[in-house]
Amino acid sequence: MTTSIQGTASQRHKAAPAVLVLEDGRMFRGRAYGAVGVTFGEAVFSTGMTGYQETLTDPSYHRQVVVMTAPHVGNTGVNDEDPESKQIWVAGYVVRDPARVPSNWRSRRSLDDELRHQGVVGISGIDTRALTRHLRERGAMRVGIFSGNALPDEGTMLAEVRQAPEMKGADLSAEVATKEAYVVPAIGEKKFTVAAVDLGIKGMTPHRMAERGIEVHVLPATASVEDVYAVNPDGVFFSNGPGDPATADHPVSVMQAVLERGTPLFGICFGNQILGRALGFGTYKLKYGHRGINQPVQDRTTGKVEVTAHNHGFAVDAPLDKVSETPYGRAEVSHVCLNDNVVEGLHLLDKPAFSVQYHPEAAAGPHDAAYLFDRFVSLMEGQRA
Amino acid sequence: MPKRTDIQSVLVIGSGPIVIGQAAEFDYSGTQACRILRAEGLRVILVNSNPATIMTDPEIADATYVEPITPEFVEKIIAKERPDALLPTLGGQTALNTAISLHEAGTLEKYGVELIGANVEAINKGEDRDLFKEVVEAVRQKIGHGESARSVICHSMDDVLAGVETLGGYPVVVRPSFTMGGAGSGFAHDEEELRRIAGQGLTLSPTTEVLLEESILGWKEYELELMRDKHDNVVVVCSIENFDPMGVHTGDSITVAPAMTLTDREYQTLRDIGIAVIREVGVDTGGCNIQFAVNPEDGRVIVIEMNPRVSRSSALASKATGFPIAKIAAKLAVGYTLDEIPNDITQETPASFEPTLDYVVVKAPRFAFEKFPQADSTLTTTMKSVGEAMAIGRNFTEAFQKALRSLEKKGSQFTFVGEPGDKAELLREAVRPTDGRINAVMQAIRAGATPEEVFEYTKIDPWFVDQLFLIKEIADELAEAPELTPELLAEAKRHGFSDQQIGEIRGLREDVVREVRHALGIRPVYKTVDTCAAEFAARTPYFYSSYDEETEVASREKPAVIILGSGPNRIGQGIEFDYSCVHASFALSDAGYETVMVNCNPETVSTDYDTSDRLYFEPLTLEDVLEIVHAEQQAGPVAGVVVQLGGQTPLGLSQALKDNGVPIVGTSPEAIHAAEDRGAFGRVLAEAGLPAPKHGTATTFAGAKAIADEIGYPVLVRPSYVLGGRGMEIVYDETRLESYIAESTEISPSRPVLVDRFLDDAIEIDVDALYDGEELYLGGVMEHIEEAGIHSGDSACALPPITLGGFDIKRLRASTEAIAKGVGVRGLINIQFAMAGDILYVLEANPRASRTVPFTSKATAVPLAKAAARISLGATIAELRAEGLLPANGDGGELPLDAPISVKEAVMPWSRFRDIHGRGVDTVLGPEMRSTGEVMGIDSVFGTAYAKSQAGAYGPLPTKGRAFISVANRDKRSMIFPARELVAHGFELLATSGTAEVLKRNGINATVVRKQSEGTGPNGEKTIVQLIHDGEVDLIVNTPYGTGGRLDGYDIRTAAVARSVPCLTTVQALAAAVQGIDALNHGDVGVRSLQEHAEHLTAARD
Repeated sequence: MTTSIQGTASQRHKAAPAVLVLEDGRMFRGRAYGAVGVTFGEAVFSTGMTGYQETLTDPSYHRQVVVMTAPHVGNTGVNDEDPESKQIWVAGYVVRDPARVPSNWRSRRSLDDELRHQGVVGISGIDTRALTRHLRERGAMRVGIFSGNALPDEGTMLAEVRQAPEMKGADLSAEVATKEAYVVPAIGEKKFTVAAVDLGIKGMTPHRMAERGIEVHVLPATASVEDVYAVNPDGVFFSNGPGDPATADHPVSVMQAVLERGTPLFGICFGNQILGRALGFGTYKLKYGHRGINQPVQDRTTGKVEVTAHNHGFAVDAPLDKVSETPYGRAEVSHVCLNDNVVEGLHLLDKPAFSVQYHPEAAAGPHDAAYLFDRFVSLMEGQRA
Repeated sequence: MPKRTDIQSVLVIGSGPIVIGQAAEFDYSGTQACRILRAEGLRVILVNSNPATIMTDPEIADATYVEPITPEFVEKIIAKERPDALLPTLGGQTALNTAISLHEAGTLEKYGVELIGANVEAINKGEDRDLFKEVVEAVRQKIGHGESARSVICHSMDDVLAGVETLGGYPVVVRPSFTMGGAGSGFAHDEEELRRIAGQGLTLSPTTEVLLEESILGWKEYELELMRDKHDNVVVVCSIENFDPMGVHTGDSITVAPAMTLTDREYQTLRDIGIAVIREVGVDTGGCNIQFAVNPEDGRVIVIEMNPRVSRSSALASKATGFPIAKIAAKLAVGYTLDEIPNDITQETPASFEPTLDYVVVKAPRFAFEKFPQADSTLTTTMKSVGEAMAIGRNFTEAFQKALRSLEKKGSQFTFVGEPGDKAELLREAVRPTDGRINAVMQAIRAGATPEEVFEYTKIDPWFVDQLFLIKEIADELAEAPELTPELLAEAKRHGFSDQQIGEIRGLREDVVREVRHALGIRPVYKTVDTCAAEFAARTPYFYSSYDEETEVASREKPAVIILGSGPNRIGQGIEFDYSCVHASFALSDAGYETVMVNCNPETVSTDYDTSDRLYFEPLTLEDVLEIVHAEQQAGPVAGVVVQLGGQTPLGLSQALKDNGVPIVGTSPEAIHAAEDRGAFGRVLAEAGLPAPKHGTATTFAGAKAIADEIGYPVLVRPSYVLGGRGMEIVYDETRLESYIAESTEISPSRPVLVDRFLDDAIEIDVDALYDGEELYLGGVMEHIEEAGIHSGDSACALPPITLGGFDIKRLRASTEAIAKGVGVRGLINIQFAMAGDILYVLEANPRASRTVPFTSKATAVPLAKAAARISLGATIAELRAEGLLPANGDGGELPLDAPISVKEAVMPWSRFRDIHGRGVDTVLGPEMRSTGEVMGIDSVFGTAYAKSQAGAYGPLPTKGRAFISVANRDKRSMIFPARELVAHGFELLATSGTAEVLKRNGINATVVRKQSEGTGPNGEKTIVQLIHDGEVDLIVNTPYGTGGRLDGYDIRTAAVARSVPCLTTVQALAAAVQGIDALNHGDVGVRSLQEHAEHLTAARD
């Protein structure tokens, strides 16, 4: 497919009516987008202007209805290279102006078709900025999207939304993680083996490691300490993923065993929250989270600022201003978000372990934080020496 | 790390006069920077020759030098002020080139001045094509992405011809090195074109260097705006995608922010390349922009160029995102890092992030080809637009249609009625990029073109093409719907249709559509530009309209004044009007009002979110303004709307606004009519007993002929209600009068043509004055250097007047007062007089801020626009005198004898335009304004001030060498004395035979040179044109023989432009130039800041 126009839009297509209902009763009326039907989830907004394919297929969005603040979505269609997993994970999708015609030399089909094909219910044509401001002021909350020509009355819809499960207390990793272990081979010469615990891993993460000569053994979320060490890893990785970290007792215990043994360890996002818990820190739910690809994070070890991709609704509660004593030695906050001082990274001073809350694999997003994968490599090299 | 402590004072270089490619955006950037640097406690020294800028207001810098931006003058300023540092990145190419010259001359080293914001090596790497290619190659080695177009550097025509072979044939792109706005570049499709474009390019380039490049016509074009601090933190402020594919200069393209048709992977590749480039070039601190071309077939990325400085695009990016690039660049230059600088808009988050947009921004260029009918209107890689409008919407269609109507130009909006024309022909027309190509595309779509066809012919991205189809489909629905349902109306508004467009489609009047819409409750809401897509609360009320659900306009207590700006810059309505609007905002804010600015020009200071309490970035049409007034009336009390400061645009809205119940403050719409309507104004003059040149109005040729027969030829003809002398012409005979009437499309029964007696040899005088109903404050009296008949905007002038006596001033004052009173002015009025045979004629009166207000204000050190704004809201001149806003005693009509003389000179865009054969366009001045900007020269005597004005506008006057003189018969008498003076100053005179003969009879020796028509002589004697081209002439005096059709000397004048040789086209200018040369040859020309001038003037007044 090159630049020829895919499909024509000679007749304006009028989609079925749709309503977005928030648990606090606010409603937005628009038109169906993607599949027609009903869906529920936690309403969150994402401020990235590019990368909708990556967002939709990021398992961390499982059970979330994602509001795109960028008004035009679907312009570059859908290709086969950019998804971060095998399916769309978002529970629902909210856009203002969906593209009628995709345009990109890599595009294979339209986003609308893809959403319909995968049964993802969405809504278009609503005031997404008003919705975003509402979520910013009131916090992330449950939401339902109802579309079709015969919609229930408002009271019924609201009641249904209020019956949907909440994100707080949700244990979701197992729902999105691989059931079977698999291997992502190193690109070029193999230098290291890493056991990556899949809590909702994005495809780009093992790829970034593979680029550095790492053979990545991706293990199910339920992997035991024995499973981890069965691959004879030089390092252990804990991935991103959906849900409330407070429920993730199993990964926490696995990580504690890894810390005990002193194997180099790296965590991203959910993996950062797991490290926080493993070290004895608490986690908490942010009012409306960080979701976007423009977030300024400062590496406190160098003072440098990196523009980073974020997708997290929970954060680690660790002191910013001091070194903490933990069962695994001294730990400190290595990275912080300059917008709101949320903990964005942890590292141990006495063990080869660190983690970040954001996404150095950056898909979608800027590549500023790719150096963290090099840090992981250095830790593994250091351990060998 | 906080700011550096080793810099106490900094010299900022501005960009000089407004020219195509370097406009008001540098005033916006420079003003921001100067304010920030002062707030940081630094002593700011500024040099800028352009008086119509906010940055040259005396309160913006500590020492403001309105002096020519040449290495010589800047060195004088450095020697006097001894700044610690020089910041060259905020004044465009002019500042950068001047800084490089100062560096190369060793001046900076001599005075110990540190270059901050950019180092010489980085500037050279960014600007020099060869070095930049190396940069791109180094980046490719490092990150594996980005490449340069295949190209060849050439220093001679032989190189150029060989280069085409190397690249594999035509077409090729020619780009001269080190010129601004891409001057002199273009596409060559064959050898003839190549010889012409490359020859011109080699001449224009200060390093006699051009680059030949493989053609990437039709590729997608993108631009990134980046900032870097000294800790190597880099952020991308904005991505911009060009609607027009590669081949059209980005300044002439419709552009869109953010990029619309890139996946994240592709966008991140551009970002990676951009960051690697800024690092490789070594821009230590500050901003830069980088342009990319992307092959739509396979995504191959070519890095086109980078500018290691603040630019037009960065101003656009700042307005588009709310991220003030220039301000932050200034802070970075003095040592701060991005994370230490707060984001103004959120106040809580730092500047070390990347803005994200939840809206779409569209910029559309404004052209002035109607002023240059000979010029080729094809858009190329040389920028030709004179201004731009920006619009914001919640989707592309809304922003796009708003941008088109912001252009305020007949036919700029899409029209959907009438026969579209022949599809094939329209598509062929759409191939050639022009002003208005977009309309041809829309008509082609109406005529049945498919999306594939539109793409094939225009290479406009299919996504954008579909947006055009979307607009067209809605227009069809509007046309076909049995009734205008609320849903359909709302849908049309969501996609940017104006009430006028809907009315046209439905066959309804615009106001009827509006009434229906209001009855249905369909009104826009106002959203905030907040840098963060609502992630954080915004503290800065920077609004745009959208037909969406929720409005964000907060209620307020204080009475608001709404100031209407002037819209896109165009010839005749430029930065001068923005200056007055900004001043009004400052003055009214000080007086306790909440100020609300409405404008759609992204280049300006008025659209800085810092300037007013609230900013509405909106088109200046009746519909858009009425909605803003409504929104503000909902928010709190509205004291009124100011229409008299933004030029003709808001003035044209005043009556309709009043008819819609909007309170207009200051001069009433009726008074405006009294000045603009010939009949009404004639009665005002008659009552006051003031003579006007004989005149009449007509709507037909017969009527016009009758008037002309009665008052006698030559006559000055023009349409009514225009600015900048649009369509104005001196007509010498009946034949031309007939064709003029036939050609003029502006004439209708409600808009008649004005026919005036033309006053030959009159002195033209401009007066700016304030009137409060009781008292007159004469702001300033300007005497034109050129005779009446040259548009006042194109004429040089002196203030105080250099040949008028006390009696004349007294007459001018009395006449001005009588007119101001008779018309009913409350605020500013500008009157043009002509003094002929000792009779003072009134030519015209404009009851509004004029183009000269900034000049008058600076020359007399009195803020006239501020005073006008206050008078509009009820203050009296007496009160303002008591307050200190106006001087306690006297006014601009009675300046002390030792007051400085200020000379304003206009700057013309000749070098930008070529006719379709590639020849230059003629440079003769006339009654239609064609200048894009102006400079001011100020000194204690006229000669020096004039010399400075010339140096600022065109480069220094020569003090010796060869002067060529060829004048029309009527000018021969007045030429003799100045010619004698030139000889006395050691000039060798060259003249054509006729002129030489007259000179010889008067005892002045002149060498006879061959006319172009005579060709090269038998012994190889060069013609005058060859001599000019060979750089053997230093000064040219060439007055046209007649005006209109018979324009001899065309080759001489265009050669002068091509070679940048000073060329005087009136004898009055020659006389002034001789005084200037005299001043330059006598002793040292000094520099003096406006603050020093003001101090001197104030002392003399008391």
